[in-house]
This record gives sequence, C-alpha cells and structure tokens, in this order.
Amino acid sequence: MNTKPLPRITPDSKPFWDACKAHRLMLPTCLDCAKPHLPPGPVCPFCFSDALRWREASGRGIISTWTVVHQPWFAAFKDDLPYNVVQIELEEGPRLTASIIGAEALRVGLAVRVTFEDVSDSITLPRFRLEIE
Amino acid sequence: MPNKSLAGKVAVAGVGTTRYGRLPEYDPYDLGIWALKEALADCGLKIADIDGVILNRIPDYQRFCELAGLNPSYTTITPGHGRFSGICIQTAVALIATGMAKTVALVYGNNGRSAGDQYGGATDIYGSGGPGLWFPYGMTSPGAFHALMAKRHMEQYGTTSDQLGQVAMAFRRHAALNPQAVMRDPFTLADYHASRFVCEPLHLLDYCLINDGGVAMILTNAKRAKNLAKPPVYIRGFGQTAKFTGSTFPPDDYWAAPMKKVARSAYGMAGAKPADMDALMIYDNFTPTVMFCLEGFGFCKTGESGPFVENGRLQLGGEFPTNTSGGHLSESYMQGWALNVEAVRQVRGECGARQVKDANLVQYMTAAPVITSMIYGKEAK
Ligand SMILES: [Zn+2]
Repeated sequence: MNTKPLPRITPDSKPFWDACKAHRLMLPTCLDCAKPHLPPGPVCPFCFSDALRWREASGRGIISTWTVVHQPWFAAFKDDLPYNVVQIELEEGPRLTASIIGAEALRVGLAVRVTFEDVSDSITLPRFRLEIE
Repeated sequence: MPNKSLAGKVAVAGVGTTRYGRLPEYDPYDLGIWALKEALADCGLKIADIDGVILNRIPDYQRFCELAGLNPSYTTITPGHGRFSGICIQTAVALIATGMAKTVALVYGNNGRSAGDQYGGATDIYGSGGPGLWFPYGMTSPGAFHALMAKRHMEQYGTTSDQLGQVAMAFRRHAALNPQAVMRDPFTLADYHASRFVCEPLHLLDYCLINDGGVAMILTNAKRAKNLAKPPVYIRGFGQTAKFTGSTFPPDDYWAAPMKKVARSAYGMAGAKPADMDALMIYDNFTPTVMFCLEGFGFCKTGESGPFVENGRLQLGGEFPTNTSGGHLSESYMQGWALNVEAVRQVRGECGARQVKDANLVQYMTAAPVITSMIYGKEAK
C-alpha cells in the first residue's frame, strides 16, 4: 500500500492525462477568447464559453515559486524527504504544480522544460528539468 | 463601493468563548452551546431572544438547534474554512439591516485537536480540487500552499526568515499575557530557527495551532444593542471579495488586488484609514499571511512588509499591536472567530494585561481566496 498517490482523473481532465501518456502537454484552449486554462473544466473560466479545443503547449515555462517539503505527509514519500514541489508558469500562461528533476538549487524565474515520467501503466506525470543555457 | 448606509447600524452585543486546548469530553455541539451560553450571559439576552442562527464548522444545524432549543426565523450553516468567519459576520449584518432577523447568534465549534485533524496528507481537501493534481508530487496542505507564497515573496522582495520569526514571536509575547491562550511560553529568534521545517521556508513556529474550542457572537441593531449589559461595539465598516479564478495555485500578487478592493470598502464605510487603527486582528493561519495583509490593506508598501514587522511594530506598545490575544499561532486556532472576539474585547477595554490603551477602532482582516475585513468601533460613527 506504500504507493504514491495518483492524479484523480475526471471527465474534464482525462484528455490532459491521456496526452501526458503520449508524452505531450496539452491545454484546453478557448476558441472565443483564445486563452488556455488549467485546471480543465467544462467552460473557459475567463469568458464562460464552452467552445474549447485541446492544443499542444511548448512544454517551456518558468518556476513561479517552489518549496521543499520536510513533513512525511504521505508514507510513500518518506524516502524522498526532503523533496521539492514547484509551481510552473507555462509559456502559454496556465500554471501547473510539479517537481523538478535533477536540480540542486532552485530559484524563482528559472527556465524549465517539461519531461514525462511513466509512473504506472496508465499514468504519466509531467515533471520539469532546468533549461541548460 | 462602500455601502455607507450600513456603517455603524449593527453592533456586537455579546461574545463568548470556551476554554481552548485539548477538550476530548466535548464535541462541536457541546463547544458551540458552551460558547453561546457565555455570549448570552455577556449581553444579558435569553436564548428565546435569538431569531437568527449562523453556524460555522458545527456539523449539523438541525441537531445544534434541537439541542439548544432554538427555533429561529433564519438558519444557515457554513463549512469550517477560516474565511467563513468574516463571511458569516457580514451575512449577520445584512440580515439585521434588512430586518430579516433582529438578533443573530453566530456559533462556531471545533474539536479538530481531539478529532485528530491533520490538514495534510490523503484526507486533505484544501483548495479547489487541487489535491487531485498535487498529491502525485507529494504536495499537500494549506501550509505547503503558503510556503510557496512565502518563498516567492522572499525571492521577489528580500523578505527574510527572521522577519517571519518576528511575527511569530510578537504573537507569542501577547499570548503570554492572555490566560486563555494555549501556547504562552515566549521564544527567541534562535528558538524559531531551531524549530523544524515543515515546508520550507516555513518552520513549525510559522504554523497555527490545532486545538479544540468554541466561539459565539451575538449581533443586533445598534439601537437595541445600547440597552444591553455591555456597551455596543459597532461594525463601522466591512468589505468582501473573492479571487477564485486560478485559485488552485498561489496568487502571484499575494491577493493584493482583491485586498485593495476590500480595503476601499471597509475604510470608505468607516471613514477611516489604516493609520487610524488602534489594533489589528489578522488571520494568521501562517506568518506570511500577516505580511500579505499589511501590504494589501495599505499599512505598508508592496513588498515592504518584511522590514515593517521589525522593531516590535506589531507588539503591544508598538505602532500597530496585532493579534493581541496571541492569534491562531499562539492563542487558539478558532479560524478567525476568536480574533473577532478579541477585537470586540479590545474596543470594550476588557483585555487586562494585554489591553491596548484607548482602542477605539480595531480591524479584522483575512487573506485567502475570499478576502474579508471588518472595522469595529467604540462609537457608531
Ligand atoms: Zn474564453
């Protein structure tokens, strides 16, 4: 039972997770106001339009903020302590909670790029790496 | 826009609090009824005088009212999220101002300590469905959410851990003067730094307590309040707004834009400005929210709350004594309710060793996806 929690997939978010499985980052995008948004929902939260289409994101963004977790909130994360959690602001605007792989020092504003980790047969998580200048 | 016609029309007539701490022999109903009994005794009203009931965190309104023998003209119940204390108080003002109810009891009961509440991990429901997205990364808890905000503020403006520690130390000093407070032993900045990280940059001493207790407030119209046992404490101004869009993630502006809107409403109604406040009650779920409120409500400039809280400015005797009870960090985690009661007791001059001299105007503020503020005053205008 010491498995890490998986995302709760809803009808609205299923296309997002299906795309991750194909190692693509897709965003629900409004055909009326052109803005992409997260989390996925039945309408555009900026203009209430239900004319939405999934569009592929560049996978690039910046760290808008970050923390290092020291508390064993989940038994399955105990061996990872302390571990980072970051908030990524994607180039297209929407934000994602994720983690950074293979970085020692994190800082607000650092450029990152998405990478995908297949954590189970059905779930792939987006994570990020620092862009190498 | 400020609704000046409501300024000073409603007053707090009675307040009541239970003991705080670990009270396993009481459930939330018992705690709520205990607090309500105290609030009725405080203002000299009888249970039959209550014709409006607003409950918070208590699980069921029917059971509560059945146990208390209440058959009000208006009943509602709200979830146990701290932002609802301000929402409930403002709803009571509206009910009284429109005549839908004459005397409203607001009752809160919290057995979180005895029930083993954790606010993190698999049962965490904080945020708008965020946990479904966060958990795979080990992200959970309101504390982690506020740690994200604090980290950004530190990198953006140079805010330091020492400055967060100053906030926690000030409130603990106040708690030392409050016999009702759960945590009363003062600590040093070294103790603060030695307390373990929960989510960096936040230490354990940046976090609020988890404890049991109950709070009740009785509000009525200003005219009726004048004839009761205690002098009325008038609700001079208030404001509320929400920032739900994008609220799965911490706001980049630390809620400054919505807070400015609330500030305009509250100060506009009260005909006052930040510098006029004699004491502040700021919803301190974590130390950074105190900083964010000081900036958002205009006590200091954007990004300058770090230096602002230094040199004892928030301590008794300082420019803006804040959370004179010890707040959520050191008195008791009553989700805003006990801070509103402390505001009332300060205005009445009932606070003993921690009394602010001539506390005529005291402001309550909260920073969250729903922002509320109330300004309490000794005079109606
Ligand atoms: Zn749109």
